[in-house]
Amino acid sequence: MSARDNILSRVRRSLAASGDDTQRRTAVAERIAAARPGIIPQRGQLPTDERIKLFCYYAEKYGATTTRIGSITELPAAVSAYLKSRNLPASVRMGDDELLKAADFASEPVLSVLHGASDGNDLAGVSHAIAGVAESGTLVLASGQDNPVTINFLPEHHIVAINAADIGGSLEEAFADVTQTYGKGEMPRTVNFVTGPSRSGDIEQKIIMGAHGPRALHIVIVDD
Amino acid sequence: MQITTPHFKENATRAINDPALQQALKNVENGFIAKRRAATDALPEFEQLRDSARDIKNHTLAHLDLYIEEYEKKVVASGGHVHFAETAEDARAIILDICRKRNAKTVTKGKSMITEEIGLNDFFEKNGIEPVETDLGEYIIQLRGETPSHIIAPAVHLNKDQIESDFRRVHTHLPADRDLTEHEALLNEARQVLRKRYFEADVGITGANFLIAETGSSVIVTNEGNGDLTQTLGKCHIVVASIEKLVPTLNDSAQILRLLARSATGQDMSVYTTFSTGPKRAQDPDGPEEYHVVLLDNGRTAMLGTEFQDMLRCIRCGACMNHCPVYHAVGGHAYGAVYPGPMGAVLTPSLSGIEVGGNLPNASTFCGRCESVCPMRIPLPKMMRHWREREFEKHLTPTAARYGLKFWAFFAKRPRLYRTAVSLAMPVLSALGGSKRRIHSLPLAGGWTKHREMPAPEGKTFLQAWAEQKAKGTSR
Repeated sequence: MSARDNILSRVRRSLAASGDDTQRRTAVAERIAAARPGIIPQRGQLPTDERIKLFCYYAEKYGATTTRIGSITELPAAVSAYLKSRNLPASVRMGDDELLKAADFASEPVLSVLHGASDGNDLAGVSHAIAGVAESGTLVLASGQDNPVTINFLPEHHIVAINAADIGGSLEEAFADVTQTYGKGEMPRTVNFVTGPSRSGDIEQKIIMGAHGPRALHIVIVDD
Repeated sequence: MQITTPHFKENATRAINDPALQQALKNVENGFIAKRRAATDALPEFEQLRDSARDIKNHTLAHLDLYIEEYEKKVVASGGHVHFAETAEDARAIILDICRKRNAKTVTKGKSMITEEIGLNDFFEKNGIEPVETDLGEYIIQLRGETPSHIIAPAVHLNKDQIESDFRRVHTHLPADRDLTEHEALLNEARQVLRKRYFEADVGITGANFLIAETGSSVIVTNEGNGDLTQTLGKCHIVVASIEKLVPTLNDSAQILRLLARSATGQDMSVYTTFSTGPKRAQDPDGPEEYHVVLLDNGRTAMLGTEFQDMLRCIRCGACMNHCPVYHAVGGHAYGAVYPGPMGAVLTPSLSGIEVGGNLPNASTFCGRCESVCPMRIPLPKMMRHWREREFEKHLTPTAARYGLKFWAFFAKRPRLYRTAVSLAMPVLSALGGSKRRIHSLPLAGGWTKHREMPAPEGKTFLQAWAEQKAKGTSR
């Protein structure tokens, strides 16, 4: 018998259950198919304006900065302004994301834009979050050619654009967005839920920002 | 690791007399408790979520064989591999085999208690592979040749100056006159040293907080981002996880995620919660080429269907040890096992055997704080009591304690004799108390009175008071 069979049969023996029991099989299949949400906190079910306010409140509580722009075409100027305010060189890295393309970075000639995955030499990266979670100020980033995972972790500054309409109330709404994009039960290689910049409390429980990931997280909310 | 659980008493005595450790342990009591409190108070649904999370895990455990099968199917469908390991030894052999096939020289590691459980670092070193811990706390203790003293804050037993001297000892390529007095300076130095290591690594190893049957995803929850760099920059990502990490769906994980960070560090969410599914896709510009999951049993299946099954709901948040007066007094190393504190006291005898771990369930005052804060509502004191009973049945309890219990049991089983003996002993003890009403020493209880005084009994015995109370109650 293989290790797999041994473990499965030990589970069955301990539970005094059978792997052929159709009732058990149906219970499991139904639960996965229905994937029902459980308890969703009240604060994760607010109307639009309050929801976005709550999202900003928690994102800032966890050390992110936020700004709002009226249209995606204002993104390059917002990125430039951020870099300038932090005394950073006018250079960013990003993937081939459609929303970021629509921003037309060529309109901001002082800004040099590098494309593709980060090799660790970029000071700032720009990503597009597919969803936001108001109840905890969390961004949801999905991996792919459009948004390489390395951009989320290697640059010192991470700038994330998100459509206001994509900011949902709860974790469950974010999962529903992922399922809608990729299909039921399907996921991209990596989905990152990000709440503030990187930190560590490992030395005497004192929280210090910028452990291994970005030291700063700047969120640009795009209203349209 | 070297299990020193049978020497808990000696370990604890040493810990209590270690001023540096006592200084560091204040950070546990001062930090974690208030932060958790603030976070749970701010979420009115917290108690309901605890019930919901308990029910999810109970359902999953009752159907664990089927969820493992569903999960395996999804991992394979997304291009990953699932390996089954019955023991720690099997898991180590599987991991080594994967690393050998890739000619791995260096392996980076995200923080994972399960790789501590299987003793992976020592094994790698014996086999010519260099393991690099990347979590700041884990990195620090690796430099010191130590094991974690806490499941989420591995270096909580250390003070800043100790860490500074370790960095100066090991990072000899950096200027000797550099300033390392601030916490920030230490963190920056570790960040700089470790950044290179991610790129050099052939394989990245992480644990998992959850495995999701619906999607075949593994989930890690971190604050530093080291686990993400480990699993993204290594060409091969190996996940090591025990079988009870399974949950049915993404939505089920949301219920437990709301409890995890709040119970652990008092955050609403940890900074990074990452869902990984299979290797990188054809068009992906980054990510690992291979994705392996090593599913470990190592004693879990033997806990199913027993009075210890509830322990398999544990999500390793550390709240039980953060609130434990015994942990506060002696720290994690005194337990001499991989998992310290109340959860460790229940788990260690299950994983290592009662002969080895049977001592730990005695390291509890049964104050019940661990159970009251456990997000998964695990009845930890009850399970420690089960272990004490088993220890007694197996004649592993020390002789003096056995005689003491037998002596007490003799009277307890004979109520009339008990009452007579107590009413005779009362005035004697009362007289011993003198004018200060305190007893300084007692025969056969020298170990107890050495550190504290016993209050002299006053007034009536409990049974007398009880009878009077009852009489009053009925006449009212």
